[in-house]
Amino acid sequence: MAYNYEEFIRQGRLPHIWCPGCGYGIIMKSMIRAIAEMGWTKDETVIASGIGCASRLPGYLDFNTLHTTHGRSLAFATGIKLANPSLKIVALGGDGDMSAIGGNHFIHACRRNIDMTIIVFNNNIYGMTGGQYSPTTPIGAKATTAPYGMLEPDFDICKLAIAAGATFVARSTSYHALPMEKLFKEAFSHKGLSVVEIIAGCPTGYGRKNNQRTPTSMLLWQKDHAVTKQMAEKMSAEELEGKFITGVLHQDTSKKEYVENYDAITGFKEK
Amino acid sequence: MAKSEIVIHKERCKGCEICVILCPTQVLDIQDFKANVADIEKCTACMQCELRCPDFAIEVTRL
Repeated sequence: MAYNYEEFIRQGRLPHIWCPGCGYGIIMKSMIRAIAEMGWTKDETVIASGIGCASRLPGYLDFNTLHTTHGRSLAFATGIKLANPSLKIVALGGDGDMSAIGGNHFIHACRRNIDMTIIVFNNNIYGMTGGQYSPTTPIGAKATTAPYGMLEPDFDICKLAIAAGATFVARSTSYHALPMEKLFKEAFSHKGLSVVEIIAGCPTGYGRKNNQRTPTSMLLWQKDHAVTKQMAEKMSAEELEGKFITGVLHQDTSKKEYVENYDAITGFKEK
Repeated sequence: MAKSEIVIHKERCKGCEICVILCPTQVLDIQDFKANVADIEKCTACMQCELRCPDFAIEVTRL
C-alpha cells in the first residue's frame, strides 16, 4: 500500500525547491515515517531549522515549525525545550549550518545533553549559495571556491559530537532509507541529546565537479562506501580506507539530562 | 495480470531518473523529462521507486 505522506505535508507546498535528484527528499520521507511511527501528534512536535537547503524542510511539514537564523536553530530549540519540556524537538540543518556557522551552538548543545534530536544533512558543500566548500568537504574534492581541490582536512561530525558529549550519535546515508528510519526512531526515543548525521548527495553543487554526474551515481556511491558498524569491526584499516561507518556509533545513558537537572535544582517543575 | 498500480504525479516529478535506474525490472522510463510507466506487467511491487523518489511523485499500490 502506498504510504500516505500527504497527511504530514502542508497542502499546496510541493513540489519542493530542491534540485532534481537531491537526497533531501528521501530523508524527509524517512523522517515523516519515523515521526508517524513514534505516534507524536502534530501539536507536540516541533521542528526547528536554520538556513540552507536542508533548512527549507520544515516549511513543507505540517508540524510546529521554526525557520531561524543561520546556524542558530539549536539556540531556538533549546529555548523551546526549556520553556515547555513536554514538546518533542527535532532540530535540523546542513553541514555548513551545524558545523561551521552554528558550530559553537552544536558543540554546546551536545555538551548540555538537552533532550532533543539533531539531524545533520551532510552533503559536503554549501549547496544553496552555489557550491562553496564547507568544513566537511573531503581533501582533494573540487568546489566552486576550491577549483584545484580542497586543501583543508575535513570534520567528522559524528566524532565531533561524541567528543563534545552527545549521548546518542548515529550515521546513515540517503540511500539507506529504511535503516535511516530505524535510526531516527532510536534517536527520537533516546533521552538526552541525539545526533544523526545523514550523508546526502548534492548532484548540482558537488557531484558535477567530482565525477558523480547523475543523482543515482551519488546514491550508489553511498551504497558502496557505507560500512555498518558490525562489518567494520571485522575489517582491516586498509579495507576501511575511504569508507565511512554507519549505524549507532555511540550511546551513553549514564549522563543526566539537562531539563531534569534544571528542574531538580530550581525546584520549578511544569505541572 | 499486473501486481501493482503505479501513480506518477507528473507535476511533482523533476526527471532525476533515480526511480528508472534503481528499478530492478525496468518498469519505468523517462518521457518528456518526467518519469513514466513503460511496462506495468514487469512490476513486482518491490516499492523501491516509491521509497527513494525524493519528490513524493510516485505512489505504488499492491493489488
